[in-house]
Amino acid sequence: MSIKKSKELIFELSQAGRRAVDLPACDVPEATLESLIPARFLRKKPPSLPEVSQPDLMRHYTALSQRNFGVDSGFYPLGSCTMKYNPKVNEDAGRYPGFSLIHPLQPEATVQGALELLYNMEQYLAEISGMDAVTMQPVAGAHGELTGLKLIRAYHRQRGEQRTKVIVPDSAHGTNPATATVCGLETVEIKSHPDGSINLEALQAAVGPDTAALMLTNPSTLGLFESNIREIARIVHEAGGLLYYDGANANAIMGITRPGDMGFDVVHFNLHKTFSTPHGGGGPGSGPIGVKQELVPFLPVPVIVKDGGAYHLEQDRPLSIGKVHAFYGNFGVIVRAYAYIRAMGPDGLKQASEDAVLNANYCLSQLKDDFYAPFNRFCMHECIVTSKQQKQYGVRTLDIAKRLLDYGYHPPTIYFPLIVEEAMMIEPTETESKETLDAFIAAMRSIAEEAKTDAALITAAPQTTVVGRLDEALAARKPVVRWKE
Amino acid sequence: MPWSYLPHTEQDRKAMLAAIGVEKAEDLFTDIAPDLRLNRPLQLPVALAEPELVKHLTALAKANAHTQDYACFLGAGAYDHYIPSVVDHVLRRSEFYTAYTQYQPEISQGYLQALWEYQSMICQLTGMEVANASLYDGGTGLAEAAMMAASATGRKEFLVTQTLHPHYRAVLSTYAKDRGYGLTKIGYQDGLLDLEALQAKLNKNIAAILVQTPNFFGCIEDIQAAADLAHAQGALLITAVDPVSLGLLEAPGNLGADIVVGEGQSLGIPLSFGGPYLGFFATTEKLMRKMPGRIVGQTVDTDGKRSFVLTLQAREQHIRREKANSNICSNEALCALAAAVYLSTVGKTGFQQVAAQSLHKAHYAYQQLNRLPNCKEVFSAPFFKEFVVRLNQPVAAVNEKLLADHIIGGLDLETYYPELKQCMLLCVTENRSRQDIDLLIERLGAIG
Repeated sequence: MSIKKSKELIFELSQAGRRAVDLPACDVPEATLESLIPARFLRKKPPSLPEVSQPDLMRHYTALSQRNFGVDSGFYPLGSCTMKYNPKVNEDAGRYPGFSLIHPLQPEATVQGALELLYNMEQYLAEISGMDAVTMQPVAGAHGELTGLKLIRAYHRQRGEQRTKVIVPDSAHGTNPATATVCGLETVEIKSHPDGSINLEALQAAVGPDTAALMLTNPSTLGLFESNIREIARIVHEAGGLLYYDGANANAIMGITRPGDMGFDVVHFNLHKTFSTPHGGGGPGSGPIGVKQELVPFLPVPVIVKDGGAYHLEQDRPLSIGKVHAFYGNFGVIVRAYAYIRAMGPDGLKQASEDAVLNANYCLSQLKDDFYAPFNRFCMHECIVTSKQQKQYGVRTLDIAKRLLDYGYHPPTIYFPLIVEEAMMIEPTETESKETLDAFIAAMRSIAEEAKTDAALITAAPQTTVVGRLDEALAARKPVVRWKE
Repeated sequence: MPWSYLPHTEQDRKAMLAAIGVEKAEDLFTDIAPDLRLNRPLQLPVALAEPELVKHLTALAKANAHTQDYACFLGAGAYDHYIPSVVDHVLRRSEFYTAYTQYQPEISQGYLQALWEYQSMICQLTGMEVANASLYDGGTGLAEAAMMAASATGRKEFLVTQTLHPHYRAVLSTYAKDRGYGLTKIGYQDGLLDLEALQAKLNKNIAAILVQTPNFFGCIEDIQAAADLAHAQGALLITAVDPVSLGLLEAPGNLGADIVVGEGQSLGIPLSFGGPYLGFFATTEKLMRKMPGRIVGQTVDTDGKRSFVLTLQAREQHIRREKANSNICSNEALCALAAAVYLSTVGKTGFQQVAAQSLHKAHYAYQQLNRLPNCKEVFSAPFFKEFVVRLNQPVAAVNEKLLADHIIGGLDLETYYPELKQCMLLCVTENRSRQDIDLLIERLGAIG
């Protein structure tokens, strides 16, 4: 990524008369457009789409790809995002014609393989999470949260209770409170202990007859396991609320412990985190949810049922919350995650979680002398360090992140969780080797040294990327969000 | 057994544990109390090595009838348009597909520019001023549009036309229920929304009218008329559109639409049994700051070079938390990339050609079908690439017979509209040859 100049827009490459694919001539009689559609409905001016040749098009997008960094480009320790390797055979599988070229409304008899895969995937995730049933329909983590909270509302409503409050700790992902609002619920934020664990007194004070649910990430967003989880579950359940498990950090616990056994009633998984499907630059993901028995009647339709050897899509579910997606969720993503689970098997998944935790603790142990580590204990699959020791040199976490770009790394998640000042959240994942971690650790130590000797080098970073730091205020003040002719 | 996705050797693990200062991996998990442990292997099938995995997955895939082997006349929100080869070649560039959201813009300029170009193309198609970088799908996009309209107008009532995709209405209903939104149905006449009924139900409490064009029956709605009625009462017009139709049909932005959403699957994204798809979303500059989802903006770097960055993030959940416009985080970025590559590949003239050929082939099929004694016309309204015919026996029975000739027939409308007995919704894209169509006609004629 060394070409330090702007890349032309595809519109700027356009020349009238060029095209990148040839389409066959129309082989049916063509009436005039006006005889088929009233003139007032017809377009006066065609959309100004680019006109480029195929070679130029391919070069354009190849050049853009070279101005982008993915997991295949290098180490990507972005905390809470689980940027693990995306196996290539899974990419192939998603493209098999029998998966990629099937219409969602085909007769059930013609899609038995697809339904079997979805059905099995539900069983696998139920086993991994310790839940009774799973729906694969939500297409992202936040969509899973939305589906889960709607199930919880439906459950309370069915019992004749109006519970309108969702408790979230102040360490929660932003999606938790945002989802509560989208579901017409009110968020009650409770202050965590400094280590991110739930303050039991604060929780006890917050719960009541209006508590719909507690949303919790475990391991927490600080990468620490919530040891009091049984007690937390007891407090919420005794108040009549339910427990929602945000599965963002499930990569730490596969085959080790299960949300269902901890006392959670609803769980979402991010297949694009824990189950190796690509993040796609921000999607598509998949956010299936698992539930305990008492919530099964409310699951979104359709529900896949197995009747003898055949699979059916059951639509008639009177207590269902309804549909959450036009069809059945992100099937193509689910195929990839299914392939991952089948490749890893039970022992492989457990080994993956163990190695993820090992890698995070290794990073923490090697970084804690040069960077401030706020928690003096073992972490789970991600660790937090801060720039507290670098502050005296005028170096902030943002600067360290930008300097890491010069070293060829994607930086950790920064300034999250909000309750840790100047946080850097490092999630190496299990797919990184010791050599990769050692090189990253060496880069971090080198930056710590640079802070003492040449802080300007860090605050002026990055120097090696195709663009320098951007004027984000300008972008927001005078939004230019499209090309104009 | 070793797993190829896990790099550590036993020696690596030992060295790392020693560096941490513990003896075994188990020592790192002491925060998890023994009674919380699973303490047994997960009950999952044993691991498959790659060749075994390929065999297993191939067998599952083979148990499905797909559009390479079957001529598909199903539409209803998912369409078999041709996908040029280059689209997938671009999508397979792993710098794109293995990346996360573009929160580090200096190493994400490629994706940011591609998404900015995508937004520009969606604006071109829809005639709107701004577009976001994608939502989940057409159905959730419509629900998000309704929530945005409620926020923009301070009203909570909606008029929902029954010619709108039944699944989209179902998703809208799920989203609306817990927000206290009121949804009032507007019926149809001759395949089009009943404008008189719409006018009668409109008042100053209505946040928006939701209309689809071409609608679920394939018929082209009078967007201008609906927009005029909405605006007279201070309501917004939300339009769901088939993007391919915009190669021929007037842009909704030129007809008064305030929010334009739709399913972008037709733009280079495979059918994939219903997902991943692409919710596209466009609106006016005036409503931009109410828009859900990510937006890429243009800016400059320290040297003044043109560059791109995620912008207006103060609308989003990671900044605004419970006050965010929407809870959306992960979206369908890679599908947006596919759409941008598709639109650049077919280009200005190719895009019109895809739309025109779909129109002509659908009309050819419609005319031929209506010559059959066992097919009756249902609606007379102008249509684009989908249309309705009434058969003289149940649709499911007909479809079963068509499968024997490797034809995937149309949708049984009675499932969604009890009054449309024995009515089939058929779709003909540019990807159906005359031979495919003629075979369908011949077989339908023979089935009787």
